[in-house]
Amino acid sequence: MSLLDLKELYREVIVDHNRNPRNFGSIEHPHKCLEGNNPLCGDQLTLYLNADDECITDIRFDGVGCAISVASASLMTEEVKGKSLQEAEEIFARFHCLLTGAGAPEDLERFGKLAVLAGVRDYPSRIKCATLCWHTLRAMLAGADKPVSTE
Amino acid sequence: MTAQAQAHPLPEFPVERYRQDFPILQRSVRDRPLVYLDNAATTQKPRAVIDCLNEYYCGYNSNVHRGVHTLSELATSAYEDARVKLRSFINASSDKELIFVRGATEAINLVAQSYGRSKLTAGDEIIVSEMEHHSNIVPWQLLCEQTGAILRVIPINDAGELELDAYKELLCERTRIVSVVHISNALGTVNPVAGIIAQAHDAGAVVLLDGAQAVAHAPVDVAALDCDFYVFSGHKLFGPTGVGVLYGKQALLEAMPPYHGGGDMIKKVSFAETLYNDLPYKFEAGTPYVAGVIGLGAAVDYLNAVGLEQIRDYEHELLEYATAAVATVSGLRQVGVARDKAAILSFVMDDIHPHDLGTILDHDGIAIRSGHHCAMPVMERYRVPATARASFAFYNTCQEVDALVAGLDSAKKVFSA
Repeated sequence: MSLLDLKELYREVIVDHNRNPRNFGSIEHPHKCLEGNNPLCGDQLTLYLNADDECITDIRFDGVGCAISVASASLMTEEVKGKSLQEAEEIFARFHCLLTGAGAPEDLERFGKLAVLAGVRDYPSRIKCATLCWHTLRAMLAGADKPVSTE
Repeated sequence: MTAQAQAHPLPEFPVERYRQDFPILQRSVRDRPLVYLDNAATTQKPRAVIDCLNEYYCGYNSNVHRGVHTLSELATSAYEDARVKLRSFINASSDKELIFVRGATEAINLVAQSYGRSKLTAGDEIIVSEMEHHSNIVPWQLLCEQTGAILRVIPINDAGELELDAYKELLCERTRIVSVVHISNALGTVNPVAGIIAQAHDAGAVVLLDGAQAVAHAPVDVAALDCDFYVFSGHKLFGPTGVGVLYGKQALLEAMPPYHGGGDMIKKVSFAETLYNDLPYKFEAGTPYVAGVIGLGAAVDYLNAVGLEQIRDYEHELLEYATAAVATVSGLRQVGVARDKAAILSFVMDDIHPHDLGTILDHDGIAIRSGHHCAMPVMERYRVPATARASFAFYNTCQEVDALVAGLDSAKKVFSA
């Protein structure tokens, strides 16, 4: 990844999602709610979710963290809102492959806005920052009631 | 370069010549020259140490102490020579007081489990400080769980200095052990250990100093300090990872039960009775890290040739230069501004998380640390999740400080886009 790419990654991430995260805040009386922690960066987020039989009707998050974790959570909430639980799972599986290098890089376009986070895979220690929100979502959907940790 | 920094010309110190002794400093990272500013995590190794390990494995690799063959005698002699070098390095009075362990962490655990467990009972007190590394907190918490002893904590002020009045009040007739860091890895504070030791002794307590950050940056004299235990790791002293030193006063070590049982730490074993070996072997069960110990001896030889006093003075000038230089970066706040400091800069920046900063600096070939530095209570004290930390060694230069400052400015541009 070139310097330009790194700075592009950060620019997009910072300008578009870290400073003005989407769906930031809590849901009063959510159907589900779970905390996630990344001890490496001290990232801490709480996800709030409402879902009906068909799909995720509302999803919000709050907390503090590095730019990558906040932006990733912001992008995730945009991505999964309105999707079925099954679809959310599938997106995470593909996204995880993208970040860990298991996915083919030419697939980037399929990821839409999430593709901006692909640059993180050049920084293995930061992958957990980008996946914290997704791990938290998955654990929440699986019925977890204890905070999730990336460690 | 700032006007203030220019007013402090560096003393004669042939840093460029010393840099040539470290092969890794010649490499680049992400197509930029490596600027290694993570010396508080681990230091780089001079060629003398790397060659020494190679010579051992190629020339006389063997187990120590019991072999009668040539290789074993060569290895034993090199191993024990290293002990003599380390003894002299910290001015201990006897080779029996120098125990080779895996690192500072193991040394503290050894003292907690051997000295602490045999001496402490419920209600006894152990004093540590708020600026300790986790390795000087958790072993004592374990000991407290086992014995019913109580852990007391010396608070720190906003500058990152110990509150010495609070320390005096904590000391009492129940205090058995005072275990504090000599130089803080998270803040750079150099603690006034002479006074801390004298007051602890007046109260009848023994003192352990965690010297992990101290030994590579200034001369350490355990006899003059009169500390009871002193611990450090080899890899922060330009030596190999996996080896470290426990110094203990002979009388204390003699009275302590063994920590690990096994070969080498015994004189005679039978099912009826086992007779433990003399010091220092009583605490060195099993085959030691022979290569590591010999390599650490080579590191000490190398450091002695450079001169610890010269290193201390040069690093002090480097710290002053770096402190003045980062003061020009707007939005940067230093965490830890003690009057007496080692060359460690811990800081946070407005609107940039330390980990984002670490990633962006890495892109410029600059290695700093970001995180809690295994000192979560320090982060809690200053209400930050993490800090960025640049920690220097004698092979760092003012040009590298300039590169750091340029990197910080560049990160700010990215974040202000």
